[in-house]
Amino acid sequence: MKRSQGEGSHCPLVRRHFTQAGRRTVRGGSGWKSCGHPGGMEAAAEPGNLAGVRHIILVLSGKGGVGKSTISTELALALRHAGKKVGILDVDLCGPSIPRMLRVQGKAVHQCDSGWVPVFVDQEQSISLMSVGFLLEKPDEAVVWRGPKKNALIKQFVSDVAWGQLDYLVVDTPPGTSDEHMAVVDAMRPYSPLGALVVTTPQAVSVGDVRRELTFCKKVGLRVIGVVENMSGFVCPHCAALCPWTPRSRGAWRRAETSSGGSPRALRFLRSPA
Amino acid sequence: MEEVPHDCPGVGSAQAGRGASCQGCPNQGLCASGAGAAPDPAIEEIKEKMKTVKHKILVLSGKGGVGKSTFSAHLAHGLAEDENTQVALLDIDICGPSIPKIMGLEGEQVHQSGSGWSPVFLEDNLGVMSVGFLLSSPDDAVIWRGPKKNGMIKQFLRDVDWGEVDYLIVDTPPGTSDEHLSAVQYLAAAHIDGAVIITTPQEVSLQDVRKEINFCHKVKLPIIGVVENMSGFICPKCQKESQIFPPTTGGAEVMCQGLKVPLLGKVPLDPRIGKSCDKGQSFLVEAPDSPATLAYRSIIQRIQEFCSLRQPKGENLVGS
Repeated sequence: MKRSQGEGSHCPLVRRHFTQAGRRTVRGGSGWKSCGHPGGMEAAAEPGNLAGVRHIILVLSGKGGVGKSTISTELALALRHAGKKVGILDVDLCGPSIPRMLRVQGKAVHQCDSGWVPVFVDQEQSISLMSVGFLLEKPDEAVVWRGPKKNALIKQFVSDVAWGQLDYLVVDTPPGTSDEHMAVVDAMRPYSPLGALVVTTPQAVSVGDVRRELTFCKKVGLRVIGVVENMSGFVCPHCAALCPWTPRSRGAWRRAETSSGGSPRALRFLRSPA
Repeated sequence: MEEVPHDCPGVGSAQAGRGASCQGCPNQGLCASGAGAAPDPAIEEIKEKMKTVKHKILVLSGKGGVGKSTFSAHLAHGLAEDENTQVALLDIDICGPSIPKIMGLEGEQVHQSGSGWSPVFLEDNLGVMSVGFLLSSPDDAVIWRGPKKNGMIKQFLRDVDWGEVDYLIVDTPPGTSDEHLSAVQYLAAAHIDGAVIITTPQEVSLQDVRKEINFCHKVKLPIIGVVENMSGFICPKCQKESQIFPPTTGGAEVMCQGLKVPLLGKVPLDPRIGKSCDKGQSFLVEAPDSPATLAYRSIIQRIQEFCSLRQPKGENLVGS
């Protein structure tokens, strides 16, 4: 990570990482032309960078490894297929998976008058992405940050990235109900996020964490669009049998519906071998 | 969030609060007083507490959902099968505490005695502690920022009366953040035997695990080895194996060779593992003939061998 020398990185107020990353600006002006933003504006944080975004969807789960990043990516691709312009904000700072999923790992972040230009994953610039993965010097570098530093970067991702005009901004989150989640909900509150998609697998251990995530959504006033049950089953490539990959806990599902104050719409996805 | 001086010397530096670049920093007074550099007194208290704990093992992964808690639970079950071995399982996943469910201890409560908090005992020789036992309802969300989580972890390590323990297994959440830094920081003086890192074969998992390995190197945490979980799926109908998470970049084996870290073993995905976890039972007992059980037992034995080469007081006979 481009971070301070010596022990500066341990201070909770350090924001130098992002400033230093900004020094990787495009020389010669090609980056300025491609971002499409009018010149002459201040290079400092633009408060209105989300003003052109019509809908914001947070993809959450109390549980890790249920497929949040996969669902976020597939959702963005499906929306693009439907002719929409989509942005993806990856706020999983410790484990940023989206750049690899969209095959844009190693791309550089450029700067324009309105702030940071998100990385476009296609020629048509219909999907843009911002992730801490683009700010790491080496892909294997660990982001070993405590909460305040993570909060600072997430706030910058929200306010300093020039998203432009988007139909949807999909926000991929790490598992849990902690700093990253509170930071992104607080930062996006002025923009009235559309809501949250909560992802789970059928297993009771996963559904238990989802119940806590639904409680989190209720407490922070985040509308739950629905629950996605991922990895609902596995189709054996040898005999085509549909196998329960993890057992479904019906009791846990009933408790989840009750705790969400209603019946969240549930979508189910099967897992197929790649 | 306020700006930091451009050339912040660092809170632990001799120049903290005194350098020219510190002028105007809101933390200047704190750093200049030396308070920022003073060690936490809890570290010594925890060191004292941990004198009755022979071996400490952290179970880590950069990636979520790879089976850390499942592995931690079955490592505890496996070690505790010898009734002369005292085992303690500490769950520091504050936001998503899975251990109570997996160990069949949901709904249990923690009691306090004169010598501190009592862990919840599954067996006479297997005690468990988790924030899950402190919640009044299973639906309660623990919506805490880093400092509060750190405080809880400090209490778990300092105030729980573990007694005489042969193995303390610490189950962690995914990532490289507050919980991991706190666990390493508070246990540093007490000497951690090492970390077991869990992954699945897919590259999306391995890329996070490489970061975790780098984290271990950064904080000088020895690595016992890597466990590749969900290595293959045995269809219960046709008994043929398929790859749910294809190792497109060679899986954990290639990663371990490249990073010179031991591969402790590969555990295939048996659907009965999830069922056992949901029921709160030991998979090792429920399915003793499963290839997954054999893999678990082999890995547990390798971990025991690693620990037996370390002296209880932390003198390391094995290179990290």
